[in-house]
Amino acid sequence: MSPQFDHLYQALSKVIGYIYPNEIELSWSILIVLYPYITGLVAGAFILASLERVFNVKALRPTYVIALLTSFAFLLVATMPLIFHLGKPFRAWEIMITPHLTSAMAIFGFVYLWYLMVVLLLEIWFDYRRDLVLWSKETKGFKRWIYKVLSLGVYDISPEALKWDDKLGYAITVIGIPSAFLLHGYVGFIFGSIKANPWWSTVMMPIIFLFSAMVSGIALVMVIYIILNYIRKQKIDMLCLDTIAKYLFYIIIIDFAMESLDQIHRFYEAEESFEIISLLISGKLYITLLIMQVLVGMIIPLLTLGILQFYKPKERVRRIIYLLTGIIVLVGIFFMRWNVVIGGQLFSKSFLGFTSFKLSLIGSEGFLMASIWLIVPFLILAFLFWLFPPWKKSLVEH
Amino acid sequence: MPSQIKRLLVLGVIIVSLFLLLKFLMTPVSFGQFGHYRGLALDEIAAHPVKYIGSKTCIKCHDTIVTMKNEGYHSDIECENCHGPAYKHNKTPKKVKLFKPDSREFCAKCHSVNLARPEKAITQQKINKHHPGKKCITCHNPHEP
Amino acid sequence: MTNKKENLSRRNFIKYAGITAGTVLVSSAISPFNAVLFAANKPKGKGVWYGIAIDIEKCIGCGSCAKTCKIENDVPQEPFFFRSWVEQYTIKKDGTIKVESPNGGIDGFTQSVPANEVQKTFFVPKMCNHCSKSPCVQVCPVGATFESPEGVVLVDENYCIGCRYCVQACPYGCRYVHPVKNVVDKCTLCFHRLKKGLNPACMDNCPTKARISGDLNDPESAIALFISTKNVYVLKPHLNTGSKLYYNALNQEVR
Repeated sequence: MSPQFDHLYQALSKVIGYIYPNEIELSWSILIVLYPYITGLVAGAFILASLERVFNVKALRPTYVIALLTSFAFLLVATMPLIFHLGKPFRAWEIMITPHLTSAMAIFGFVYLWYLMVVLLLEIWFDYRRDLVLWSKETKGFKRWIYKVLSLGVYDISPEALKWDDKLGYAITVIGIPSAFLLHGYVGFIFGSIKANPWWSTVMMPIIFLFSAMVSGIALVMVIYIILNYIRKQKIDMLCLDTIAKYLFYIIIIDFAMESLDQIHRFYEAEESFEIISLLISGKLYITLLIMQVLVGMIIPLLTLGILQFYKPKERVRRIIYLLTGIIVLVGIFFMRWNVVIGGQLFSKSFLGFTSFKLSLIGSEGFLMASIWLIVPFLILAFLFWLFPPWKKSLVEH
Repeated sequence: MPSQIKRLLVLGVIIVSLFLLLKFLMTPVSFGQFGHYRGLALDEIAAHPVKYIGSKTCIKCHDTIVTMKNEGYHSDIECENCHGPAYKHNKTPKKVKLFKPDSREFCAKCHSVNLARPEKAITQQKINKHHPGKKCITCHNPHEP
Repeated sequence: MTNKKENLSRRNFIKYAGITAGTVLVSSAISPFNAVLFAANKPKGKGVWYGIAIDIEKCIGCGSCAKTCKIENDVPQEPFFFRSWVEQYTIKKDGTIKVESPNGGIDGFTQSVPANEVQKTFFVPKMCNHCSKSPCVQVCPVGATFESPEGVVLVDENYCIGCRYCVQACPYGCRYVHPVKNVVDKCTLCFHRLKKGLNPACMDNCPTKARISGDLNDPESAIALFISTKNVYVLKPHLNTGSKLYYNALNQEVR
């Protein structure tokens, strides 16, 4: 008995009922929980930015650039958990070179890189182009070099050129909205199309993933906006914050409705997998689903934000409430991903038993590794705020 | 056309061409031969060594005992089922000998009473009660049961 | 005046309705519903097309198949990785089900439920079903798992990236990740033996010949005879995987 299998022997002793012998170890672990979480933040932050740009919600203007940069910072990190999870990470290029078109996962190679990355880069470029040209003239040294390169050799900032920037930025955002939906919708489809697993196989899966992505993205931008202004000791635009919270409230309602519909439907139809799934929810997923995802992540924010629509306490109090609500929403959505990915593998496809999951601290799929992938995007974002400070931009009205 | 679009188009064309070039260079040679997979994989999998060589090879040297087995109740059982894979023994018969099972547990794997065993399929004995302690092969010749 | 107009428009309505109905009727008679639906699988290809047949009434649960498979194919001996395994189903008199597969059945089985509580009990050998509409092949993002021209579902271990999507997609639990190679592995129907004209190792070593494999395209093969004479079932037919593993006397409780 070599030590490399010790954790499997332990898991074997914790099996309840019957599982297929190959199901003892969960194939998709915390890194695969992280990937939909991160891409959800990307898509959600982008949708918030597009709310201002395309749907003309002027109150959100202060967060437009922050949302774009947040989306970009997280997008840069998004593939990392995936690549680190692969059994053969150095073969990851195969997904781009010989994608199997019947596989939803292969579509990722194109949706991720060619669509949303291009959209995000272009939108940020069109918005920042004027400033890049100006900053490249004003600054010195390393920064100057970067601005020059990023301006792509286009130095025309005449009013006509700026009008083109505006038009093109608008067009790209419009094209970008479906791409944001696709990026996260396909992740939901990856799970929703697995007929072998009844916890995943539902038409609602891409839709649930999408709306929970929007919830998490909006909450993230709200939290970053509050913290950023606190660090910079700036006065926060309360109208903007109230508007973000309002949209967060609406999207949580829709997300909650979609998830409830899925469960009610499951409960009502009570088909073959119903018994084992009920045991799953009331047993192994009791804390992560009923308490963390539903109660803490959805019901408490719903009640809080709902009350705040009618009764608005002082600014300071509202800010703290928004901050706390944003954080528990983010935690709740993380647990939603956990419950889908881990929960779906805890019960056997024989519908006769459960295996167990133990998250290790170290190791390639451990807690520390997962934390790194959650912390790095914030470091990248800090770097982006330093390199492309949104508050130093010459504000252009859209 | 504004200079931004011109610059972006040029950049776009360069990047797409680079990608297409990479795709052409990195796709494995036999890919797509029979379907969306490497055709060479079929040969690679087929090259795996065969370990259980079959009693038709055993009989070439051990003709008496294999013939005796083939005439009794154990006729349907391959030699290697009890004695293990013979590919090494076939190559170097003097150096590598095969396992000769003789424990009660070995025979019990098939012949012990288990309600799930169809009675038509195999004779079953309550091995705890049937001459406990004695080796089965003391009375039963495994090649002529 | 209005009466005549109404009569005219009513007449027009009846005329056009009649034309439409008549056209639909005639065209449905000319091209009746002729979608071809297959009982099990649409026959593929012109050459050999492998299928598997397992007779539950003959399985004695000795575990020789599982043991042989691991040795023939260099599968790690630990009880977590199986290309083929045997399950024992026991349905008790109180209606509950107990299923067990200690080390995949390699060390044999002992009766764990007392005889007076047993209503029904039997062994079910499991292995890759080599589905013709395989969900595992469908989801592979790079083309590392595929159906060979002979109908055998294989994994290209030199191309697999180890994403484990196929492991999730297989409804029968047939796939596992090889602990050393870090790629996905599964039953190959002993492809290396088939190519040399031998049978899969598990089938040769089954003492009661409960498992056979053969050419589904050959109407005289043993497997074709098996399918035509016995009450054959596949596992999870509602998932429409095109499973080519046909069981005789499979109980409804088997998952």
